[in-house]
Amino acid sequence: MNRIDKMFSILKRRNEAALIPFVTTGDPDLPSTEAICLEMASKGADLIELGLPFSDPLADGPTIQAASQRALRNNITPMDLFEMVARIRRRTDIPLVLMGYFNPVYQYGLERFARDAADAGLDGTIIPDLPLEEAGPWIKAAKATGLANILLVAPNTPEDRLGKIARATSGFLYYVSVTGITGARTTLPDNLAQGLQAAKRHCKKPVAVGFGISRPDQVEMLSRVADGIIVGSAIVRIIEENTVPEGSAPVRALDARTKVGDFVKELKSATLRN
Amino acid sequence: MKGSLSKPDSKGHFGIFGGRYVPETLMPALQELERAYKAARRDVTFKRELGGILKDYVGRPTPLYEAKRLGEALGGIRVFLKREDLTHTGAHKINNTIGQIILARRMGKTRIIAETGAGQHGVATATAASLMGLECEVYMGRKDTVRQAMNVFRMELTGARVIPVDSGTKTLKDAINEAIRDWVTNVANTHYIIGSVVGPHPYPVMVRDFQSVIGREARAQIKRVTGRLPDVIVACVGGGSNAMGIFYPFSRDKGVRLIGVEAAGEGIDTEHHSATLTVGNPGVLHGTMSYLLQDKWGQIKGAHSVAPGLDYPGVGPEHSAFKESGRAEYVAVDDEAALKGFRLLSETEGIIPALESAHAIAYLESLAPNLERGSIVLVNLSGRGDKDVETVAEIFKGRTA
Ligand SMILES: Cc1ncc(COP(=O)(O)O)c(C=O)c1O
Repeated sequence: MNRIDKMFSILKRRNEAALIPFVTTGDPDLPSTEAICLEMASKGADLIELGLPFSDPLADGPTIQAASQRALRNNITPMDLFEMVARIRRRTDIPLVLMGYFNPVYQYGLERFARDAADAGLDGTIIPDLPLEEAGPWIKAAKATGLANILLVAPNTPEDRLGKIARATSGFLYYVSVTGITGARTTLPDNLAQGLQAAKRHCKKPVAVGFGISRPDQVEMLSRVADGIIVGSAIVRIIEENTVPEGSAPVRALDARTKVGDFVKELKSATLRN
Repeated sequence: MKGSLSKPDSKGHFGIFGGRYVPETLMPALQELERAYKAARRDVTFKRELGGILKDYVGRPTPLYEAKRLGEALGGIRVFLKREDLTHTGAHKINNTIGQIILARRMGKTRIIAETGAGQHGVATATAASLMGLECEVYMGRKDTVRQAMNVFRMELTGARVIPVDSGTKTLKDAINEAIRDWVTNVANTHYIIGSVVGPHPYPVMVRDFQSVIGREARAQIKRVTGRLPDVIVACVGGGSNAMGIFYPFSRDKGVRLIGVEAAGEGIDTEHHSATLTVGNPGVLHGTMSYLLQDKWGQIKGAHSVAPGLDYPGVGPEHSAFKESGRAEYVAVDDEAALKGFRLLSETEGIIPALESAHAIAYLESLAPNLERGSIVLVNLSGRGDKDVETVAEIFKGRTA
């Protein structure tokens, strides 16, 4: 069994939802991302989403856009991400999933990207601008190397389409909580639980929910319905706020690492359903 | 199998190009738009309303004018200008925004958004929205709001709100990103009027169809005047809507050469140009697979041209298919040559072209020597130069000083 499936089945037995934090690779720099990932793994993260920065992230709000820009200033490439994953892999078995836009994957070459990603120790990909209709070639390439390709559904996805996507996804199904872009929100849509339940009815695989989730009380509420909770912008913002601005001192994201670790620990405890 | 290079499949693929590379949230909206558009196309009331507004409000059909002094200056070829510069608001962009605004109203949308670079599409959208009494917001890169301040004011006068975009390169590509983000968020009541034959299916096909009125009129006009089809058609290419609008109705006329002119900016061997089809390679941006300006890792590069409406690092997918199949040729003309073209048409014909259209005029200087005397060349004069006179005056002043 692959690492993603194994993780979800263990958590199911323990009656917990998975906590899935997101960070942008190379923000503020590669060593910091690596250290933050190891810290999150030790503080209870169940799966980590690693953002591959892209110049035109059209599904992302200001927080992750800015993180991508910072990472691109460090000239982060897929190769850098793979090498970092290989280093993390030597230390932990936590499932690692790449989240990135399609063009960098396409330029790298689908087969080559899938092979290098799998060889490095990645477990799957989430490509937000690659809907089911366009995903065929990538799903094939990913499958050949054992990578999961996680598809997304949104609150406005019609039921028949939801069923098709649920059958085609692997690893888990990504339920986008809002019709909107990424970014922490104070309130989540009222009918979110209903939408999630509909997704669960159509999908035999685990369903994780993401976009806009930033607080332990939200995680606790959603853990009752979802199999996994994805937290992105709230973590990226901690990194941003606790990074020493460029040029001022060599200690880069030291504070960010411990603060992200504490936040992950707090969120994780909210996923226990008991 | 994916659609052929000459005809898209049901999901909008021209061979490998086109398609729908968008977040899942937009898929239902694109399907709804496609259904609504298909129904409207067959509906006589829609066609009658569109035709009426194009005639009485936009000023169609636009004239086909033989530029005789220009033809002489070019060594004795016959040059015909399709006068899109004479439309209401001064550029071809209005053909598309009128079509889309009627469609938006039919779909029950109450809010219109658009992106704009030069401001021409923004002005055409704001104008159309005002005509229908719909709320309108236009995204525009911060840099462009400064460069094209007059068009910002025109949009505001017609009741639109202009939202400056500070992300990325602060130009057209980032304005499109921001418009797409808005659409993802407000898709229930909002229609996004995209300004060229770019973006996810059905936009490239729909915008092409609305702009094809240019080529349909021109085809009938040139046959009436000369008794035959032109030898060559020349149009500038930013996203490619004025070019596709004039090319498409001639695409099955095998003997007619189609030439798209891109902006070479400071030169195609520099980092400052917009020659997407000339030196780019295929990739995905703004929901479609097409030629792009990008680095080897697939990060999108900034584009440049003296003509703000041409500086876009992508191009419509059907142009990529035309390039691949050889149906059209694509060339690039730099800033310097475009300024010469701007002056040439002003001096020989008393017509001040938009800097975008000046690229098409400029290319005639390279083309003409290879044509026989009396050859017929049809040029799409996509817009007028009022918006550019200040920019050009600055450039010329800087030189004489
Ligand atoms: C007058 C004019 N011509 C051409 C263009 C380029 O667009 P397209 O290639 O879609 O015709 C613009 C864009 O703003 C324009 O204003």
